[in-house]
Amino acid sequence: MPGLGARLGRGGATTFQQNLAESDCIVIMGSNMAENHPVGFRFVMQAKQRGATLIHVDPRFTRTSAMSDVHVPLRAGSDVAFLGALVNYVINSERWNSDPFFREYVTHYTNASVIINQDFKDTEELAGVFSGYNPETRQYDFETWQYDGEQDHSTSPSGDRSTNRDQTGPNRDEAKEVQTAEPRGEFVGRLTGQPRTDPSLQDPMCAFQIVKRHFARYTPELVERICGVPQDLFLRVAEALVTNSGRDRTSSFCYAVAWTQHTIGTQMISCCALLQLLLGNIGRPGGGILALRGHATIQGSTDIPTLYNLLPGYLPMPTSVKKHDTLTDYLQVETPELGWWYNTPKYMVSLLKAWYGDAATPENGFAYDLMPKIEADYSFQKMLLMMKDGIIKGLFCMGENPVVGGQNAVLGRQALANLQWLVVRDVFEIETAAFWYDAPEVRKGELRPQDIKTEVFFLPASLTGEKEGSYTNTQRLVQWHDKAVEPRGDCRSESWFMLQLGKRLKELYAGDTSARGRQINTLTWDYPTIGETGEPDLDAVIREINGYTVADKKLVKSFVDLKADGSTACGCWIYSGIMPEEGKNLSKNRRGDEAAALEWGFAWPANRRILYNRASADPQGRPWSERKKWVWWDDTQGEWTGLDVPDFPKTKRPDYQPPEGAKGIDAHPGDAPFIMMADGKGWLYAASGLRDGPLPTHYEPWESPIGNALYPEQPRSPSALFFERPDNVYHELGDPRFPYVITTYRLTEHLTAGGMTRYVPWLAELQPGGFLEISPELAAELDISNGDWVTVMTLRGEAETRAMVTLRLQPLHLGDQIVHQIGMPWHFGYGGLAKGGIANDLSALVQDPNSRIHEGKSFTCNLRKGRAAGHPAGYSTKRPSPELTRQAGEEEGHWVKGDVKGDHGA
Amino acid sequence: MNAAIPLIDSDLVGTTGARHGAMGYLTDTTLCIGCKACEVACKQWNQLPMDNLEWTGYSYDNTKDLSATTWRHVAFIEQLDGTNGHSPGVMPPFQSNWLMMSDICKHCVKAGCLEACPTGAIIRTEFDTVVIQQDICNGCGYCVPSCPFGVPDLSASDHKAHKCTLCYDRMVDDLEPACSKACPTDSIQFGPIDELMQRAERRVAELHQRGVKSAYIYGDRAVGGTQGIDGLNCFFILTAEPEVYNLPAYPELPQDKVGSAWLATLGAAFAIGAVAVAALRGR
Repeated sequence: MPGLGARLGRGGATTFQQNLAESDCIVIMGSNMAENHPVGFRFVMQAKQRGATLIHVDPRFTRTSAMSDVHVPLRAGSDVAFLGALVNYVINSERWNSDPFFREYVTHYTNASVIINQDFKDTEELAGVFSGYNPETRQYDFETWQYDGEQDHSTSPSGDRSTNRDQTGPNRDEAKEVQTAEPRGEFVGRLTGQPRTDPSLQDPMCAFQIVKRHFARYTPELVERICGVPQDLFLRVAEALVTNSGRDRTSSFCYAVAWTQHTIGTQMISCCALLQLLLGNIGRPGGGILALRGHATIQGSTDIPTLYNLLPGYLPMPTSVKKHDTLTDYLQVETPELGWWYNTPKYMVSLLKAWYGDAATPENGFAYDLMPKIEADYSFQKMLLMMKDGIIKGLFCMGENPVVGGQNAVLGRQALANLQWLVVRDVFEIETAAFWYDAPEVRKGELRPQDIKTEVFFLPASLTGEKEGSYTNTQRLVQWHDKAVEPRGDCRSESWFMLQLGKRLKELYAGDTSARGRQINTLTWDYPTIGETGEPDLDAVIREINGYTVADKKLVKSFVDLKADGSTACGCWIYSGIMPEEGKNLSKNRRGDEAAALEWGFAWPANRRILYNRASADPQGRPWSERKKWVWWDDTQGEWTGLDVPDFPKTKRPDYQPPEGAKGIDAHPGDAPFIMMADGKGWLYAASGLRDGPLPTHYEPWESPIGNALYPEQPRSPSALFFERPDNVYHELGDPRFPYVITTYRLTEHLTAGGMTRYVPWLAELQPGGFLEISPELAAELDISNGDWVTVMTLRGEAETRAMVTLRLQPLHLGDQIVHQIGMPWHFGYGGLAKGGIANDLSALVQDPNSRIHEGKSFTCNLRKGRAAGHPAGYSTKRPSPELTRQAGEEEGHWVKGDVKGDHGA
Repeated sequence: MNAAIPLIDSDLVGTTGARHGAMGYLTDTTLCIGCKACEVACKQWNQLPMDNLEWTGYSYDNTKDLSATTWRHVAFIEQLDGTNGHSPGVMPPFQSNWLMMSDICKHCVKAGCLEACPTGAIIRTEFDTVVIQQDICNGCGYCVPSCPFGVPDLSASDHKAHKCTLCYDRMVDDLEPACSKACPTDSIQFGPIDELMQRAERRVAELHQRGVKSAYIYGDRAVGGTQGIDGLNCFFILTAEPEVYNLPAYPELPQDKVGSAWLATLGAAFAIGAVAVAALRGR
């Protein structure tokens, strides 16, 4: 979530779902929360019962819209135009300019007053690109984006701050290629003190004026033209937001992957952060931005990452294209002078001690040389291409079903067919495990099983109730779940599998002194096991994650206790404090209350529930209002106190001014709530952290039926990453062969690629087959009736499915042009009980340059009545065999009668 | 919400009528997000098999109706106005334009199924709920047409009648029934009837105050229930006419017609007889 990281400091939701109940206005945009986060939606409904206004901005009228006060249908992918117009409206609104609250919040807590480099040029001056753009490499040079007066501008948006640029030299572009702007704290070059400012916000080069000019053309008329949203509806949303923000009222935003999955997805999110900073809604109860995470522990999988470019706790992965040769080099490059990340050495060294134990000594740089260095993009989409091209030869696939859920799934299946080996661990034999005999290509005879050389291993996985472990969900909240029953047969937990895999690799490489051998030999891998099957004792894993002093193995209380001298070990610094004492795993806490619920689970960092909560008090440390009090300064005790754990140094006075030469967090004044940022301020203007510009700009999706009304010369994102090749062809803008916008989405009844739901009778029957949704107008044009078979086509592939003709979709009027949108759930595939055409057979590999996420939420297609040749989807309307209908009943005895709600955490 | 089950005066067990100790559901459709968690929780707890895999194309309703193996059914009714093809934009608060209603056995105060059951398989429990005892049911099917809501259904596999038990087996263990326990938005609320009814009245008043003038309680005994059947132990807050949700506006028990039907038959017989006599006499 670099969109939040770049402007606020951390790539996580700024608030928690329960706190939505305190909101006066909730905007759900880029999310279908009622359908995809029904349990969290409970708190939205509570807010409504208290009188909050609920706004849903979405191309389709969904189950979320049905509960809203306002539904705004907009064209998929045009969100920045809408959000930018809200920014413009707010800045020029009467209330924002007359209520002193807004000015006070913005001047103290954001970088609005900072003077930017005089050479900076906005998109308005350069016809759609910012200064520093190189059309050859499609990349930006970030020098002109920096704060004024800073001589060394070597910070790149990814945080790949090369202090010695000669060292990176010709590889500098590659360095940008490797590192994404993941939610690590951002910092401004060699910023060593407070930057030059104009508190009156009048200087034409101050961040506020730059923001104001940038969005000046984002008017309600433009929203109507680009988004297809009637002006009165837009104004209704804008007024609701402005009215419900201020000293006594707060508004919150909820978004999910319908913002993330665009070539400008990061900027959509960052635009929301910008807007919420302007409205004074960050760090306050009922305010903030809730990044809704789509599946169980997705937040956890970036905290302790499954990502190729991050180490636990958002430390950058060492790379060979930056000056990362030794630990000293790495720390020099990655440690800023100011802000919390000044502590980077403590966290990195503690991580190395946790991983390499006694083999990590001060003399050998704590075995840093054992850590692999990445040298290219190994993100999901690139991996598919590398498998297809024979570069990657083997794949472990756990908890993922890429031949349904991966973009350009046709290419994905060809990629799997080109592997030497494939290991799939899952609870059912999902499509990915069965691709070699069941894929549409095989059914159509284009691919023969005997020609596929991939050796496929299918290993049974245990279900949630059959293993204990933790989830880190939407609000950075770690919650423990217990084991209810023993897994059946050979089913095992993921942790068991990883422990065994490590053990066997260690046996295999015993005595091997090569670099590769030492990497495996040296790793600490001594987790105790419990039970007959030898499941690892997960409390021991939590212990390592929490951190301990090396000498006496005593647990540390929090990351504040971590040291850079090798005397402490810690598996993930942001989780430190999760086990402050022996046997006390805070993620097992289960005591709720009506406020911050500090004794329910454990939220990183340091159990803080609302991030940047220093901003819930005014610059003097007093609550902004009685109604919205959360954390405040207690002058008699000399500390910050309140309903939450303060996200601020506990005893730093509100009037603290840093002494000359102060470092790290001590260099921030007492009114700087964004402790991860170099200057402690929320960034209206992001001088680093975003590859595609310091400010969000409207560009059309990579595939769109229309041009860019704002910047005709620059229709698409100038820095989006793409893979133009015969097996991944794109549609030109306005290609008449593909006139419709298609957006993919999920339904309540299924989870992601369906591996856990389409195979379960009780869930399969609720949504038993694939379909797409179209408006009656489009249906009439194409002579399609409700329930008809239809075929959707792109240059990547085709999918046949059923048509649901519904008024919940509507054609959008953009000036004279009418744009039809098609909605298609992407759950379905050729396996399981609930089958259907694969929506991802249609989508393309193309990336947001910051997050490397694809654009499944908006691309173009064609549609016709009738089935595809050869019926590749294999979806049948026949009633199932008696065996299938009996299946649920037969499971009796294995399904444990239990508390239904207990498992909802998933 | 693990409501304690109040003690019940044993003298009243087996009699009918909503009374102290009666338990039921308030299903507040204005809070329903159509997630179908109630359907799944019900099937899981009661170990009911999947029905079929038919995609209906009727909005998101692939369950269609209550049956022997489906005891909760979420109906979906799309009500968008298609005159100009546009979303309504500004709407009343809470559920509107796409109605979702989780239907269930009403556990009627005057239960047609119970009255029609010739074997005594259908009983009224200590919670004032109506339950079919599977070991006594002989599958005669009389209960099926006796229910004005079409709830009991004969199973194709064991040929007996089945319907919601209001999780009798959970209630006796002081557990909340499965569907309300699973409901994420508290659209389905479980509890003592009098308490639920008070809550429903407060909620409807609040909805009226906030501009949802169409909200009302379906199955309120105090206002004559739904006419012919006294009250419902499982009642609903609705915002459209009952027929919109496929509920009868004036449910009636067929057995209530027996008397008048007999009279009519007798009358007809007399009339025919009189005509016949007159005709014969005229010969």
